[in-house]
Amino acid sequence: MTLSEGPAAVPLLSVRGLTKLFGSFAACNAIDLDIAPGEIRALLGENGAGKSTLVKMLFGVLQPSAGEMLWEGSPVTIGSPGEARRLGIGMVFQHFSLFEALTVAENIALSLDPKISLARISDEAASLSKAYGLPLDPKAHVADLSVGERQRIEIVRALLQNPKLIILDEPTSVLTPQEADRLFETLFKLKAEGRSVLYISHRLEEVRRICDRATVLRHGKVTGACDPKHETPASLARMMVGSDVAEVHRDAGTALGDIRIEVRNLSVPARTPFAVSLKNIAMNVRAGEVLAIAGVAGNGQGELFDVLSGEYPVAEDEAIRIRGKAVGRTGINGRRLLGAGFVPEERHGHAAVSAMALSDNLLLARSQSDRKAFLSGGAFSVIRFDAIRSATRRICEAMDVRKSGEDPQAGSLSGGNLQKFIVGRELDRQPSVLVVNQPTWGVDAGAASRIRQALIDLAKSGSAVVVISQDLDEIFEVATNIAVISEGRLSEPHPAGTLTLERIGLLMGGVHESHSVPEAAHAH
Amino acid sequence: MRIELQKRARVSTLFSVLSPLLALALTLLFGAIMFWLLGKNPVSALYSFFIEPLLEVWSLHELAIKAAPLILIAVGLSVCYRSNNWNIGAEGQFTIGAITGSILPVLYPAWHSPMILPLMLILGMLGGALYAGIPALLKTRFNTNEILTSLMLVYIAQLYLDWLVRGPWRDPQGNNFPITKTFQIEAVVPEILSSSGRAHWAFIFAIVAAVALWFMMRFMLKGFEVSVLGQSERAGRFAGFSARRMVWFSMLLSGALAGLAGISEVSGSIGHLQPIISPGYGFTAIIVAFLGRLNPLGIIASGLVLALTYLGGEAAQLSIGISDKVSRVFQGLLLFFVLSCDTLIHYRIRLIFSGMKTGEVKG
Repeated sequence: MTLSEGPAAVPLLSVRGLTKLFGSFAACNAIDLDIAPGEIRALLGENGAGKSTLVKMLFGVLQPSAGEMLWEGSPVTIGSPGEARRLGIGMVFQHFSLFEALTVAENIALSLDPKISLARISDEAASLSKAYGLPLDPKAHVADLSVGERQRIEIVRALLQNPKLIILDEPTSVLTPQEADRLFETLFKLKAEGRSVLYISHRLEEVRRICDRATVLRHGKVTGACDPKHETPASLARMMVGSDVAEVHRDAGTALGDIRIEVRNLSVPARTPFAVSLKNIAMNVRAGEVLAIAGVAGNGQGELFDVLSGEYPVAEDEAIRIRGKAVGRTGINGRRLLGAGFVPEERHGHAAVSAMALSDNLLLARSQSDRKAFLSGGAFSVIRFDAIRSATRRICEAMDVRKSGEDPQAGSLSGGNLQKFIVGRELDRQPSVLVVNQPTWGVDAGAASRIRQALIDLAKSGSAVVVISQDLDEIFEVATNIAVISEGRLSEPHPAGTLTLERIGLLMGGVHESHSVPEAAHAH
Repeated sequence: MRIELQKRARVSTLFSVLSPLLALALTLLFGAIMFWLLGKNPVSALYSFFIEPLLEVWSLHELAIKAAPLILIAVGLSVCYRSNNWNIGAEGQFTIGAITGSILPVLYPAWHSPMILPLMLILGMLGGALYAGIPALLKTRFNTNEILTSLMLVYIAQLYLDWLVRGPWRDPQGNNFPITKTFQIEAVVPEILSSSGRAHWAFIFAIVAAVALWFMMRFMLKGFEVSVLGQSERAGRFAGFSARRMVWFSMLLSGALAGLAGISEVSGSIGHLQPIISPGYGFTAIIVAFLGRLNPLGIIASGLVLALTYLGGEAAQLSIGISDKVSRVFQGLLLFFVLSCDTLIHYRIRLIFSGMKTGEVKG
């Protein structure tokens, strides 16, 4: 690995052995990092690699459990974002904290000394935005601005504090390519002035294009440092994903049955400015198959789940078929009645209501599909509490859900136990189709392996299973076929055995399908 | 210095139960201080305000008359609030219900049929429901804030009633008073026990509505749907429940019950339409709903308590000689203490003395 040394001077920011523990889990483990003055440094890594945790410690949002930080050679502790700003660190978050009803200048004023007049802020913001090629009208209302313009407000807001180091968290994930180009020009200007930039991304192409050095994180550790200009996207992807993925064990040659889920030409526009639009998605999932959909968070996974589950039906009825029946316009309960089950990503407030008992949360997902068992009294739909309680007991036993009391509130269970219940709630129905989004996100290892085993067993018993996941270990553990979602596009599925990590990493990094990998790397 | 509310890690179950009683006690304490400041003997004033009205049978009848509309409206509102829809305009739906329910007796005073009263009640409910449908439509179509729209519609309804009784519906033989003809006997809600007092069937309607809605909320899928959507719209969507339809359901239901309260009040207690038909029942019912913990059975109890403040106000005027506006003060105190007790159960107060750091953004 080549390492082009930065200027020999004292690093602007130097981090030694920085560690952050959450309980016994090390989100960041003994991280070393030097940022030289006037460099653009990339911080690369998958979701959950510890990028956000590291950056939050640098900006004073989180306090490290161990390790030290040196600012221009002298040790510092950064207790709050305010202290970070006083040192000269500015941060542009991925999601903006702006008030839509206020103007640009008013929003900037909120983060500054209240004594400074609005007129002065407007003037300074206008001159800064001109100087850095960030066109912005201080009098415009935020509600009327595009996402790219909103990001400029955040950048100008950070620049007004005259920072020496600017941290940008996935800045291009919300930008159009043209807006991204503009942002890069600004970054080069900042660099020319001797300011440093810490640039967090998982997009390999742009990291190669703009960054001087890259630090790669995986599982909370630094796994590599390199000059991205000397690397290919493939080699960067390998560093990011790692080559030490757990052994793949699957039953060979499981015969696949009929097509249970068929998606054709599914395109859905984004519902909100932060959502991803789905573009021309197509897939077939057969009985006995686990189709795993890999991808970095925020590339359309949630949106895909929403339309597969029918929570947000689509206009084109034929776009989605479940067991041969066109269901694009059918709601979630209609799809459940066809034998489908769904497990959303967010446990609290989506898959379950935290303040309600487990038995109520069972009814939540199955009030219509198990109408006969759980409801009586005809049109009055009187709840049969005895029936839902005994079914709850059955599910908790089957999935080994540990809980306090007979029927506790969902919110009182640990993440892993609640997730086992939520998955078990669907398995208990023997669904012929199951769609799961991030089945083991934030779940302890024991519960995770139990859930994965249950998904594999369900497919083996003849159901079609779709697993949307960001965890490549998990994907290789459960998948028959793997497809990758990136920017709302779904790749062709590949048999799990034929897909290399390198290839998945490339697909996840937004390098789209091509026949030979090295060519793809250079073609962009 | 500034004051911050910090969420408590644990919510005390004991105090959640005690909170309405605590609020009542604090209201009485501050009421006593108020009487004392007004130069009255606080003990005897409180006695004539809160105890005397309970000592005679006719006065208990009056209590039922005042409690009926409060309970009817509040149980409807409780379903609304549990589903996270904030209908503040029950007073307007009450007024419109009174108007639409009065169409038959005002326009057909010579129609003597036992059918007239049920039809009036149905028309009253329809009117209230349709009027509550306006904020529901605005919310589902244009995402308008129903708190504002339903509240503003109150004043429109009241002015419309005012115009009606001074204009087209004024009784020609009424010596120019702004009232309609007195309803024919078939159009009057009958008294329950006419030998002992005036209380009429509206109180029965209120109890039936409360018990029915309690059953719905406690045992039926519909009640489950209300609480799921009230707590998490996203989880509701996952369950296949529609938040839009819930807006309609809860607004129409609460509107219909407010309309029923309106026509029952006009037909049973007043006997004709006039410019002012309510001492603010629709707004007081909001206090009733919260004091009753949004539980229909609790609302029966809290409705009786708030009805007592109306009676106490009348008694205060007679026996202590102070304005009956004092009942409004008591209602205000009660709402204030209910809400602050609830807030303090969930949050603790922290005083922060250090100067506020500028440029601080919570991460």
